[in-house]
Amino acid sequence: MSGVRVLVGTAKGAFVLTSDGKRDKWSVEGPLFAGWTVYHMKGSPVDPDRIYASQSSDWFGQVIQRSSDGGKTWEQPGGESDKLDKDKAAGASNKFVYEGDVGTHKWYDGTPHPWEFKRIWHLEPSLSDVDVVYAGAEDAALFRSSDGALSWQELPGLRAQRGSEWQPGAGGLGLHTILLDPKNANRIYVAISAAGAFRSDDSGLTWKPINRGLRSRYIPDPEAEIGHCVHRLALHPSRPDVVYMQLHWNVMRTDNAGELWTNISGDLPTDFGFPIEVHPREPDTVYVVPIKSDSEHYVPEGRLRVYRSRVGGGEWQPLTNGLPQENCYVNVLRDAMATDLLDESGIYFGTTGGQVYVSPDGGDHWQAIVRDLPRVLSVEVQTLQ
Amino acid sequence: MTTHSIRVTLPYHLQTLAKTGAEILLPVDSPVTQNAVLEALETAYPMLRGTIRDHVTKARRPLLRYFVCSQDISHEASNTPLPDAVLSGAEPFIIWGAIAGG
Repeated sequence: MSGVRVLVGTAKGAFVLTSDGKRDKWSVEGPLFAGWTVYHMKGSPVDPDRIYASQSSDWFGQVIQRSSDGGKTWEQPGGESDKLDKDKAAGASNKFVYEGDVGTHKWYDGTPHPWEFKRIWHLEPSLSDVDVVYAGAEDAALFRSSDGALSWQELPGLRAQRGSEWQPGAGGLGLHTILLDPKNANRIYVAISAAGAFRSDDSGLTWKPINRGLRSRYIPDPEAEIGHCVHRLALHPSRPDVVYMQLHWNVMRTDNAGELWTNISGDLPTDFGFPIEVHPREPDTVYVVPIKSDSEHYVPEGRLRVYRSRVGGGEWQPLTNGLPQENCYVNVLRDAMATDLLDESGIYFGTTGGQVYVSPDGGDHWQAIVRDLPRVLSVEVQTLQ
Repeated sequence: MTTHSIRVTLPYHLQTLAKTGAEILLPVDSPVTQNAVLEALETAYPMLRGTIRDHVTKARRPLLRYFVCSQDISHEASNTPLPDAVLSGAEPFIIWGAIAGG
């Protein structure tokens, strides 16, 4: 019997929502890591029982949690020294140290500011090795673990891409998107607010900015090589050279792995937003959730509408069936939308108001799984066979 | 060398990480200082490394405080000997999260 497991990170803990393939009746477990902020949880594509979670707190810093039984139990890798091989450092699963001379990036006022680790925004498990996982950090950097999150090493070639000129957005200088190319094991895409999108073709050793075609009015040179506030990237595994982007303003698309982007905002009511997602079985079907503006981070007109394009952008259709269409003023954050891999594809998203919605039919009908969680920061879905 | 049993009080969030109650008892060799207590704590409970002090610099995280005998010793040198009342177990070494919002 197939089913789904939805991993929800919130401002005050994590929740695991499970259902069978019908996706109409749900069990809710949580809060896990109660009182902690959980930016992200994600399962390994190699072994769905292996799940990684980023747990953090302004008081107590970063913690990494790992489950090896599908989320029933959790441990801090290396947190209990009696379970550890002698050659492994204990208590290093939250040790994120920048490589070499740490240097500076630009602060909000344009002055140099030392790089400081604050938290992990996103965890991306490898497509082929259960013990390899990537972590996107604030201040922006990419880390990699090859021992199941016992220890981490920075991939410093990324910050070599004019990192001294990167500047935080209002939410911080965060590396929030990591896409692993399923057809080219050496290719990684990342996105950083507010530095832009970058690509590596040698497994993270060297990087190049891929921002040509973006136009951002809020930076001195709107077409600069870096400095764009990219909110999210998404791709379909069958066609990984086609990447979709929710920019600060504008929804964008590249057909050549980021060499050139074109605007596909088309007839959207507003092209500001955070998440973007691709239908798991239809590479030309894309979802966004527009919000009113950079100044008003909630859906327009008090109506929660997901927009779907079936033609790779440009032409968009509002999806409203089952979603509140009055007095709704929530946002959907960048990591809070996901899809499942069931035959009839499910689309999921969580809101800043604590609701998690599912559409078991690709967006035509929606229902709330839960309505009153803390602010939802991330949603990931595991399809279980 | 004398070993003392030091009472250490943890804030709730760290209790959940270490899977302990509010107070734990730690053997600490003399001289018993702030640094010696924290080293002993992190050795006994590796899952707490990085949550109280920075992994590399050992600097106290900004929103944490250390209290002993009704005094805030957060800004004292980390190698300052702790009071006899802590060594005897009459008073705990308290690690506390600063009140800083909801």
